[in-house]
Amino acid sequence: MATTVIETTPAHLQPFVPSPIPATVQTYGSSIWGWITTTDHKKIGTLYLFTALFFFLVGGIEAEIIRAQLGGPNRHLVSAEVYNQIFTMHGTTMIFLAIMPLSAAFFNFVIPLQIGARDVAFPRLNAFSYWIYLLGGLFISIPILFGHGPNAGWFGYAPLTTKAYSPGINIDFWVVGLQILGISSLAAGFNFITTIINLRSPGMSLMRMPVFTWMAFIVQFMIVLAFPVVTVALFFLLMDRFFGTQFYEVASGGDPLLWQHLFWIFGHPEVYILVLPAFGLVSEVVPTFSKKPLFGYPVMVYSGILIGFLGFGVWAHHMFAVGMGPIADSVFGVTTMLIAIPTGVKIFNWIGTIAQGQFKATAASLFAVGLVSLFTIGGISGVMHSSPPADLQQTDSYFIVAHFHYVLFGGSIMGIFAGIYYYFPKMFGRMMDETLGKTHFWLTFIAMNLTFFPMHFSGMLGMPRRIYTYDAGQGWDAFNQTSTWGAYLLFVASMFFMYNFFKSLRSGRPAGPNPWGAGTLEWTIPSPPPPYNFAVLPNVTSRYPLWEGKQADIDSARINQQSGKSAEELGIVLPYNTVKPALAALFLVLMFSGLIVGHWLIFAGAAAMVLALYGWLTSPLEPEHH
Amino acid sequence: MSTATVSHHYSSTGLDNRKIAIWAFIGSECMLFVSLISTYLIYKDRSVVGPYPHTPWTDPSTGHVYHAILNIPVTSASTFILLMSSLAMVLALSAVENKGKPQRNLGERILGNSKLWLFMTALLGLGFLGCQAYEFTSFVNEGLTIKTNLFGSTFFTLTGFHGAHVTAGVIWILSMLFIDMKRGLGPSDAVSVDIMALYWHFVDVVWVAIFTLVYLIR
Repeated sequence: MATTVIETTPAHLQPFVPSPIPATVQTYGSSIWGWITTTDHKKIGTLYLFTALFFFLVGGIEAEIIRAQLGGPNRHLVSAEVYNQIFTMHGTTMIFLAIMPLSAAFFNFVIPLQIGARDVAFPRLNAFSYWIYLLGGLFISIPILFGHGPNAGWFGYAPLTTKAYSPGINIDFWVVGLQILGISSLAAGFNFITTIINLRSPGMSLMRMPVFTWMAFIVQFMIVLAFPVVTVALFFLLMDRFFGTQFYEVASGGDPLLWQHLFWIFGHPEVYILVLPAFGLVSEVVPTFSKKPLFGYPVMVYSGILIGFLGFGVWAHHMFAVGMGPIADSVFGVTTMLIAIPTGVKIFNWIGTIAQGQFKATAASLFAVGLVSLFTIGGISGVMHSSPPADLQQTDSYFIVAHFHYVLFGGSIMGIFAGIYYYFPKMFGRMMDETLGKTHFWLTFIAMNLTFFPMHFSGMLGMPRRIYTYDAGQGWDAFNQTSTWGAYLLFVASMFFMYNFFKSLRSGRPAGPNPWGAGTLEWTIPSPPPPYNFAVLPNVTSRYPLWEGKQADIDSARINQQSGKSAEELGIVLPYNTVKPALAALFLVLMFSGLIVGHWLIFAGAAAMVLALYGWLTSPLEPEHH
Repeated sequence: MSTATVSHHYSSTGLDNRKIAIWAFIGSECMLFVSLISTYLIYKDRSVVGPYPHTPWTDPSTGHVYHAILNIPVTSASTFILLMSSLAMVLALSAVENKGKPQRNLGERILGNSKLWLFMTALLGLGFLGCQAYEFTSFVNEGLTIKTNLFGSTFFTLTGFHGAHVTAGVIWILSMLFIDMKRGLGPSDAVSVDIMALYWHFVDVVWVAIFTLVYLIR
């Protein structure tokens, strides 16, 4: 089973006829107040998307400043101090405020649709997660505008970040801001784990779940297990900085490696938290545009699970240079080599799908292929520094910068762009412009390689990370110049995307329920979906309900693709809109700000938050129904 | 189901959403306490000045002698109190689940009194917190604060985190007791009490680990 495609549907089965494409497109049509009080996973996903794209732009501008500074020797566009703030915020922004929330946008929008649910398990907690993310993101981002941005690198090594070595308030904003953002991810993690375990529609067994939902599922477990560790590390630092504890005081016997271990026990799973959602998106895009079910679906799922487990056992490869001794170095070298295996398996599965299918080049599928090729380069350089002796040559050099940009840009961002082009019609009911989209892809693909490939060479020639400028005559000039021109081109490419995005939002061609001829559940409902998603909960009998021609799947799809009926007409109960989660988030952020502003605000914020939580917990989620 | 917040939505496993979420939460909390306990153990015996947990220390500059700071008898008592609170919680959950069943004798009436057992759980939780408050105060009086040395920093942070969890639990239990007094808890509320009980037992189990690793093992 599960291998028949729509072209070979047995004749006796009634083929699925999609409804005609509507002339007008529904919008979410809400006032600002409607957006602030929403508990609809689709609208929250949209909020995540717009906010994360904004922060992606901010992180991109920071990257452009870095490249402008390094474009030639001895440039002083910004001072060393400002440069420290900019590279710190570039990393922090891209990881915590752009890539993770872009993934969260898809978790929110796509997971309930893919499993046949009407919303997430805890709609108000979902809104709470978003508002914490927005407010925490502003909290950590705004100080740089006043010259007080965090300045110790995105992994903020203690004791460098303790009061003795970083006396300013820069690190205060970083440590408190990350603590706030962690709450958002954790709350969303519990929510999505529950959603995926408990809200799958009848017949949607675990091994019928689309691979995006599978990867998202694994990522949520990684989030809820990895974030508490960094929460503790940050809490120690917070206590050291604000309350005079000794956790990172070397003079008191504190271990300078404590932070590094705690941080990377979180930090390496974080890498997979960033990339697995993109893997999931590509695992949806590749089958659709190859007109073929994903090759080796179970292997894809198991390799994802294996990555999730092994991801917790490789952290110390970030620390080979600290001298952990030959046994620890060997163990972590071997586990790092091992984790390349399930990752490589995925690459071959995508290639297998494309090779056996009928590949159609679209903006979405090109970005997906972009991930497969570019992530492979980043993966291979990753295996290179799994060997401690090799790593000692490469660590802290631009070779590492090249490596993780191939993984995070070539992996996460390419996958996320594939996801945006793929799901845009479902989110907004309109098609994006394919010509502009393909132009965006080719410019991005060329510019990305132009920017990051030369960094392998400048790194090998000894250029260290995080230097704000360098002298001429070290053989780095041409490579840096190329990288800088590449970065400028990348910015131009992103402008194509922005233009396309906003133009299509207003005047794109109406999409209809299933513009790509895809096979999974989210394509059985109108675009954009009605507030209740599914008029009837689908009865799932296969992995690709629209492709495999099973009567039950087709019957559900035929009912669900018809739009126009309101939830009341169908007798479906939807959660109330409420402002309480946003208020609770606001007061929580105020409470944390009290650490910097003044201790009275901690108590005032806490008291207000308790009141908001009380109001939240004592008010009903939705109208009573029988 | 009696409250407006309880829904009749379809669920894949037949379990209440909150039951799954609390288990995910407990899994996450395990990592939190594992990190805190590991740090305590890594930093054990690394403090350059006293007071120390299990051994006396003479301050070289003043000649003042600090005795071993941990008070095992008091903490054994508080551990017993906390474990008994778990027993009371089990009885509270059972009373809520069996509400409405005939109570044939005094024993069954006592066992079936959910208000009594919720109150006992909260009271024993408060008893534990009282012991911790006494412990913290006496340590500070004897010269160990969170700023004194690595032992002070790790000890107060670890046990303080646990104490904050007990406090949250007591507030949760008292809120549930308040609801019970206002409108009475019945079998339809069993899930609400059940997830609270899971949280409470988890906090207890963490204490067993802390008591063993911090207090008993030298």
